[in-house]
Amino acid sequence: MFKTFPKGGIHPPENKLTASKPIVTLPLPGTVTIPVSQHIGAPATPTVAKGDTVKTGQVIATAKGFVSANIHSPVSGKVSKVEAVADTTGYKQMAVVIDVEGDEWADGIDRSPALVKEISMTREQIIERCKECGLVGLGGATFPTYIKMTVPEGKKCDMIIINGVECEPYLTSDHRLMVEKGNEVLTGVTIIMKALGVAKAIIGIEGNKPDAIEYLSGLSKDYTGITVQPLKVKYPQGGEKQLIKSCTGREVPSGGLPLDVGVVVQNVGTALAVYEAVQKNKPLIERVVTITGKSVINPGNFLVRIGTPVSVLIEAAGGMPDDTGKVVNGGPMMGKALAITGVPVTKGTSGIVIFPAAESQREEILPCIRCGKCSSVCAMGLEPWLLAAVSEKAMFEKAEGEKITDCMECGACSYTCPAKRPLLDYIRLGKATVIRMARERVMK
Amino acid sequence: MNNLLNVSPSPHQHSSETTRKLMYGVVFALLPALAASVYYFGTGAIIVTLTSVVSCVAVEYLIQKFVLKVKPSVSDGSAVVTGLLLAFNVPSNLPLFIIVIGAVISIGVAKMTFGGLGNNPFNPALVGRVFLLISFPVKMTSWPVPTGFKTGYADAVTGATPLGILSEGVKNGETVSALMEKIPSHLQMFYGHMGGSMGEVAAGALILGGIYMIWKKIITWHIPVTVLLTVAVFTGILWQADPSKFADPVFHLLTGGVMLGAIFMATDYVTSPMTPKGMIIYAIGIGVITVLIRTWGAYPEGVSFAILIMNAFVPLLNMYIKPARFGKEVKHG
Repeated sequence: MFKTFPKGGIHPPENKLTASKPIVTLPLPGTVTIPVSQHIGAPATPTVAKGDTVKTGQVIATAKGFVSANIHSPVSGKVSKVEAVADTTGYKQMAVVIDVEGDEWADGIDRSPALVKEISMTREQIIERCKECGLVGLGGATFPTYIKMTVPEGKKCDMIIINGVECEPYLTSDHRLMVEKGNEVLTGVTIIMKALGVAKAIIGIEGNKPDAIEYLSGLSKDYTGITVQPLKVKYPQGGEKQLIKSCTGREVPSGGLPLDVGVVVQNVGTALAVYEAVQKNKPLIERVVTITGKSVINPGNFLVRIGTPVSVLIEAAGGMPDDTGKVVNGGPMMGKALAITGVPVTKGTSGIVIFPAAESQREEILPCIRCGKCSSVCAMGLEPWLLAAVSEKAMFEKAEGEKITDCMECGACSYTCPAKRPLLDYIRLGKATVIRMARERVMK
Repeated sequence: MNNLLNVSPSPHQHSSETTRKLMYGVVFALLPALAASVYYFGTGAIIVTLTSVVSCVAVEYLIQKFVLKVKPSVSDGSAVVTGLLLAFNVPSNLPLFIIVIGAVISIGVAKMTFGGLGNNPFNPALVGRVFLLISFPVKMTSWPVPTGFKTGYADAVTGATPLGILSEGVKNGETVSALMEKIPSHLQMFYGHMGGSMGEVAAGALILGGIYMIWKKIITWHIPVTVLLTVAVFTGILWQADPSKFADPVFHLLTGGVMLGAIFMATDYVTSPMTPKGMIIYAIGIGVITVLIRTWGAYPEGVSFAILIMNAFVPLLNMYIKPARFGKEVKHG
């Protein structure tokens, strides 16, 4: 039975060019650049200085504050500088640059591929280990994982949902993980279940990944409490609120969190990282990244050390195509366009999509013809035409009343608009202003 | 790398749907009805359609180029749709200068004065049609009767429409069953074999166009189905109450402008509500007003007025009928 969420949604061309490409380990680059802020929350504080020698897996920046994450060296070598460098957002921020020398790992990390299913750690130890290992959500939002393993006072959690939806077109890194590392992912899920003290986990996977559904469904029989829920292909099903609705029918209230309906959502990549951290003591220093695009010669899924320049990945995929017009960090619907390709892969980089010039420019903006298609595709039940119009006219109180902060910026409205209006651009402006206004009200 | 990369906010891909494709989709959906019109009314249908489309496009182009001094946007196809719909709403023997006046009113007054595509509160083609109906009442109600596609523009034979026969007859005290003898059978009316505006007669062809538009997701079912259902239910109740005074629902669905109005005029994006709930309220309003005018009004037909009246409520419907927000009803699992 394929389930889905009832409201809105679109089905853009899937373009999963790399769905059948096995994960390939990328050779180590010459230098890596590791920003100290690769997560939501406060940047970590660097603990190394220029000239220091570091080992793979060694902490090079420690978490600062509650919402933050440790950063580990993904390579061994010598720190060549600690300074502000442009990252994937285009802004400069503090980063540790390391010249790679060999690949010498820190002590205590189990690098053997052997599967360890037995979980010996207690709840507290698991949470502590995830914190130490710098785990963050690998679906893209990069929220520190250990926080999501602790249920706050007054809230209840009765199940976890594992996000294997990968609803963004082109991207296949989660798909490959599920197919190639099924047991590790499921063990990771079991660990998260233990940490949260829940007996039930649902893995939501869209129907365009039948091999993953079949494989994990078969494997899940060996685990307690884990079921696979096939989902109808529909964007933005990977959105937390939509995924919960699809899998359980529960609706997270406006302005609320998944915990308000007793659910915690984790990405399949995060589940694997949890497995590696808890069972193998391996910090988050590498991840799978899809490099793809219609003109890319050798698109694929690569296991990449954090800090590897995007340009190195593009070279591994056959080099930058001649007709390139845009390079997107992330998927085509929510990813960010890169201005330069020298920026490093971070914990949140799920893919790099290269668009030909012909597909990289926006079309002429025509007047709104009030067709209402934007409202009909909005998975949050908002009216994008109205939100965009009031934001454009700086009527931010009105925008707030129309629930602009419920917008998750999935881009379905802009995608659908036949007049090619930049709806989401205006909505982002309005949303940011409304959030700032609300914050100022609290301050007063 | 020498060439610079494009940088813009997400999303980085867009659907292939465009305003122009939607408009030409409507044009395509109108073709079966146009073909039927030519089949029944002959050359006049072609001449009227061409005149209307060319004048609508020309008026928009001239106003944009010389009055507003902006880049003309006639290629978006909206003026073509208005031109076609205006032609569909007039008799096939209408003098050409009247059509040109209709085009000037439709595009010039009803559309461009409000700011062009997307900003007009009333359906342009209907404003033009009603203006002509009031200004040229005789010419606008001299309906040609179907005489075959060989009929020349000038030799159309005029007669009353079924609705006209019914309205006139009931006023003179004749019973509906007696009047039905003078009117083509329901099946003939379904094919379009009756007098009327050139594009409104062939219900079958219009339904075909409607199904195409729903299939291609140009429109949703809400407005056409609700208008037709409302008309059927309302006239059905009246018919049940007194079959000698009121005609049956099928007659009402097949005659006059109900099909054309429900499928093509009321569904105009710009002048119809944006939420399904709003669309249904709007469509019920159109159905009810149409039947009221047909049954008790001065005109035998009221679809145009009904749509224009409900157009006026659209801003209100858009303001107060909101889609159900996600997460509004809090359900604790």
